[in-house]
Amino acid sequence: MADELSRVFAALADPTRRDLLARLSVADATVGQLAAPYHVTVQAVSKHVRVLQDAGLVSRDGHSHRRPVHLEAEVFDLMTRWIERYRLQAEERYRRLDAVLAAMDDDAENTNPPRQESA
Amino acid sequence: MTPTTTYPAARIEADPGLPIIRITRDFVATPAQLHRAHTDPELFARWVGPRSLDTRIEEWDARTGGCWRYVASREGVEFGFHGTFHEVRPDRIVQTFTFDGAPDEVALETLRFEDLGDGHTRLHAQSLVDSFEGRDAWLRSGMESGVNEGYDKLEELVTDGVL
Repeated sequence: MADELSRVFAALADPTRRDLLARLSVADATVGQLAAPYHVTVQAVSKHVRVLQDAGLVSRDGHSHRRPVHLEAEVFDLMTRWIERYRLQAEERYRRLDAVLAAMDDDAENTNPPRQESA
Repeated sequence: MTPTTTYPAARIEADPGLPIIRITRDFVATPAQLHRAHTDPELFARWVGPRSLDTRIEEWDARTGGCWRYVASREGVEFGFHGTFHEVRPDRIVQTFTFDGAPDEVALETLRFEDLGDGHTRLHAQSLVDSFEGRDAWLRSGMESGVNEGYDKLEELVTDGVL
């Protein structure tokens, strides 16, 4: 699982690959179709697709360029789910911190006690 | 004028190129208050959580070069954490973080308190861990404890805490 996620992050490190994924989230496409808008060769895009494929982010029946590339939504979900849980945990912690900070206003007043007026 | 709060809820970013987790979160507090909540052991124990665990501070010297150690426990099960304060400044705290259960691993945590003015502060928290595997394990741990603690309890806690 950890290796899988690491490969996903590595695959996502490249802006071209992120862009490819964004386009595949709309519809399946062949490598040729994916390469069309870029000033790069079909071979270069094919390499990117292979990295995405190794990370499990996309799949393709066989290696032919004519086969459409398909986004594997579950792997995407796995990653976003992990990150989202972690974020929720952090957010939960910081909401407790909010409460501590809100209570601190009073504490701060107490640490600067009025000069012995009522004592 | 009240500054626009851009990150009212925690924003998280897992760096694709480095084993880093970054969290950004805004607070209605001054940098000094946020600093105090991170360095005063009594205050720190009140929020560091998770909620289902009790936090017991065992060592706490929040000065540059000082050590810290606390134990989180739940029904007799204890999880210890320790590290050092590499640097403690009003707007910045750098510390190391090791979970006793994984003594060979150490994370470097950098906290920055950005003054947004008008009693608002943005916390930038960055954790640099040893490896992508380590980072991913952290992310998984977040998932595990996140599942156990629902939003309802969270809201309830916030309400209780504020009141």
